[in-house]
Amino acid sequence: MNVEVTITVNGTAHRLSVPPRTLLSTLLRDELDLTGTHVGCDTSSCGACTVLVDGDATKSCTMFAAQADGSSVTTVEGLASNGELHPIQEAFREKHGLQCGFCTPGMMITAVQILERNPSPSEAEIRSGLRGNLCRCTGYHNIVAAVQHAAANSGGD
Amino acid sequence: MTTDTLIGQEVTRVEDQALITGRGQYVDDLRLPGLLHLALVRSPYGHAKINRIDVSAAANAPGVVSVFTGADLAEQLGSLPAGWVLIPEQTGGEPMATPDHPPLAIEKVRYVGDAVAAVVASSPAAASDAVALVDVDYEPLPAVTDAEQATMEGAPEIHEGVANNKSFDWTVAAGDYDAAAAEADVVVKERIVNQRLIPNPMEPRGIMADYNAGTEQLTIWTSTQIPHLVRLLFALVTGHPEHKVRVIAPDVGGGFGCKLYLYAEEVIVGIIAKQLEKPVKWIESRTENYVATTHGRDHIADAEICGTSDGIVTGLKVHVYANLGGYLSTFAPAIPTILFGLMLGGCYKFENLSCTVAGVFTNTTPVDAYRGAGRPEATYVVERMMERYAHEIGRDVIGVRRRNFIRPFRRGHDMPIGVTYDSGNYQGALGAALDMFDYQAFRQEQRDARREGKLLGVGFSTYIEICGMAPSAVAGALGAGAGLWESSTVRVHPTGTVTVFTGTSPHGQGHETTLAQITSSRLGIPMENVEVVHGDTERHQFGTGTFGSRSLAVGGEALMMSLDKVIEKAKEIAAHEMGVDAKQVVFENGTFYVEDIQEREIPWGDVALGAYWAKNLPDGLEPGLEAVSFFDPQNFTWPFGTHIAVVEIDEMTGETSLVRYVAIDDVGNVINPMIVDGMVHGGIAQGAGQALQEAAVYSDDGQLLTGSMMDYAVPTAEDMPSFETGRTVTPTIVNSLGAKGAGETGTIAASPAIVNAAVDALKHLGVTHLNMPLSAEKMWRTIQDAKEARRARRSAAARRGN
Repeated sequence: MNVEVTITVNGTAHRLSVPPRTLLSTLLRDELDLTGTHVGCDTSSCGACTVLVDGDATKSCTMFAAQADGSSVTTVEGLASNGELHPIQEAFREKHGLQCGFCTPGMMITAVQILERNPSPSEAEIRSGLRGNLCRCTGYHNIVAAVQHAAANSGGD
Repeated sequence: MTTDTLIGQEVTRVEDQALITGRGQYVDDLRLPGLLHLALVRSPYGHAKINRIDVSAAANAPGVVSVFTGADLAEQLGSLPAGWVLIPEQTGGEPMATPDHPPLAIEKVRYVGDAVAAVVASSPAAASDAVALVDVDYEPLPAVTDAEQATMEGAPEIHEGVANNKSFDWTVAAGDYDAAAAEADVVVKERIVNQRLIPNPMEPRGIMADYNAGTEQLTIWTSTQIPHLVRLLFALVTGHPEHKVRVIAPDVGGGFGCKLYLYAEEVIVGIIAKQLEKPVKWIESRTENYVATTHGRDHIADAEICGTSDGIVTGLKVHVYANLGGYLSTFAPAIPTILFGLMLGGCYKFENLSCTVAGVFTNTTPVDAYRGAGRPEATYVVERMMERYAHEIGRDVIGVRRRNFIRPFRRGHDMPIGVTYDSGNYQGALGAALDMFDYQAFRQEQRDARREGKLLGVGFSTYIEICGMAPSAVAGALGAGAGLWESSTVRVHPTGTVTVFTGTSPHGQGHETTLAQITSSRLGIPMENVEVVHGDTERHQFGTGTFGSRSLAVGGEALMMSLDKVIEKAKEIAAHEMGVDAKQVVFENGTFYVEDIQEREIPWGDVALGAYWAKNLPDGLEPGLEAVSFFDPQNFTWPFGTHIAVVEIDEMTGETSLVRYVAIDDVGNVINPMIVDGMVHGGIAQGAGQALQEAAVYSDDGQLLTGSMMDYAVPTAEDMPSFETGRTVTPTIVNSLGAKGAGETGTIAASPAIVNAAVDALKHLGVTHLNMPLSAEKMWRTIQDAKEARRARRSAAARRGN
């Protein structure tokens, strides 16, 4: 028996009927075709699937779609607006914060939240904030630089 | 004016727009109508006989389309191939053992994760539900996971007829180590374990296949580093004709060597799609990835170094038990042999070297290349033993290295082991690193810190690596089953825009940017007028792929050759148009002109159009403007450098942190410094991960105890510092770009630098060696044991004093 889920994703409202065990990540990828949200593990470790659920960075593979009923979700596809890249997207490109790109959507969503909570984070605060998101390509060096760059561009120190 | 405007520039990447907006297309993002989903039944035992497989319950489960066992597919599937068969001249005259590797196990399973059946269903959930319903009657057999133990009498036999579970005993030597050791003032021995690692690209593997029964065309999308080799090997294993197979590597989420083979799943998914005449997809879960995708390293090395008491090393001897896992993966035999043994000379002058490697089957996941692949293991032995020796004779690790370095050279240096380094300046890289680091200041800081109960240590790694894989004749003579050249096509369109096709297959390395920079600079056209195409066997002729830091050194040179050919033909067309001899035509900044006749100038776009319009071509010249090239290098390339690590150890808890890291790399000429630095950073983090926290651990009966990301410690942002990187530039003579390759330096250099640093921090306690990873528990025990031993020494001395 399916469950009904009402969910707003990147500003668009959806009403969907899905099997109860459907994960939020599965709903985004398979029902809404938003494949920018990646699934890199099955233990909530890697963070590639991170999205904003009502403003909180959330690992979408760790949440049933049904639990997101009534929520507003932002995925990587929703970061840019009116054809303008989000400052964090610009910063990841400018500072070479990505290589293979697989962790990047989740990494950027987490970075958005870090900067929302603290517009001028220290390097240690950035590294601590990113610890739930794994990257195997960059050694994190340029991801940290990108977050610092975005902070500076947004008026933080 | 120069045309090299973008060479050496930090150009931001062409790839990024799609990847930062969620428009990447990894295999799991691809959709086809009527797509079926495949899941695999995998062995829960390390070693077991398969008595019976009952698929009836699974076949009747909701959504299930079909279930296949190895017996069902035996006629369509041959053994997975051994892609590198070591030559008998290097294996004591005995041919190496290459036992069959059935894609689905039929009689026996040989490691946890060995696949025994495939379930195809209408959804991923239905397929994985049905996997649990496949009833396999296993008869567990004794297992062995340690390579040394597997060679001992009484060890379980993993492959029938393979004595002592040894695939091979491989040997290389130079000079006479035993004579050198007999004459040496000092001989130092150490058992050095290079633990097993799990590569962990962030995208696990994924495969989708679609078959058109009308055309017999089979298309396979796979997360791979080698689409053309996958196509070739797929055709060999399945008998499906090569020209009727198209392999596409779409966006690939990291590889690090573990996507460099023909995998069982590729032939299983392909053949089942063909049989069902339906598109089929398999996506590897991370937990599955940990057992089903190759692992790396896993060496037990017994090393010996000998030399004089004043710091001249005279020889090195190494015996290795190299764990191959349950079967031979495609390139597995080459990794602990060719890429290990030939690197043991390091950047040093000693002439006596002895290396023997036992390649051993065990009941574990197959082991093959993982970033660095043989070279990190070699560098770890060499650089660890250099510092071990320096400590033994009471000399500074820098002075000892300098004393033994090969002098700088630009045009080749023959090594006793039989290889020829291309160019090197090892003193230069060490000097640059020391300038950045300030060694004297550190030693003072270390003494001060120790008085405050803080343990600091510094470690060095003056590494060298073998890259630019590879001269095909050399590789072939050493057992390679494929050529290792690279190809390119440059297609100039009538409007003057250009498509570059490359046989390399990037998965994060930024080839679309780097190759466009080269093309733009050579042709004098904007980068946005160049598109780089890769990873599709139907769009580009045969290519070799991306591994072994080869893409620029070999693939980039293939591109240069095609660009040269296109320019030569364009000059002929321009000369004809201008009524001059082609030899008089100069091509610069996108313009053809004749010296001293400035009014006769033809822009690139006009020549491109002229080549296709063909109304005024020289007699006998074919229309069109396109060139194809294959570059087979005459030698490998040999990047080098100096890495310096500082670790801090908490004496109370043993917790060991990497607090500073300086890297000077010499990768020859650099096209895009930003991209090179990025690869160095990532490599360092992987080497640091090995040194500090990563280890794949098996129980004796073959269970992977570190079977998920909860158990295997991939480094996080919090575990790493920022890195201080720099370069010296010693161009290679092997290609015209002067580029050596930059993808693996960090991984090769980092682990010895960090372990050397930890030993340095504990040297005053009498510690001479540590095995990786430097976990807090291990370090705490080491400190406690060392202090206990020191107390015992002191009280014994006190008693003697009384």
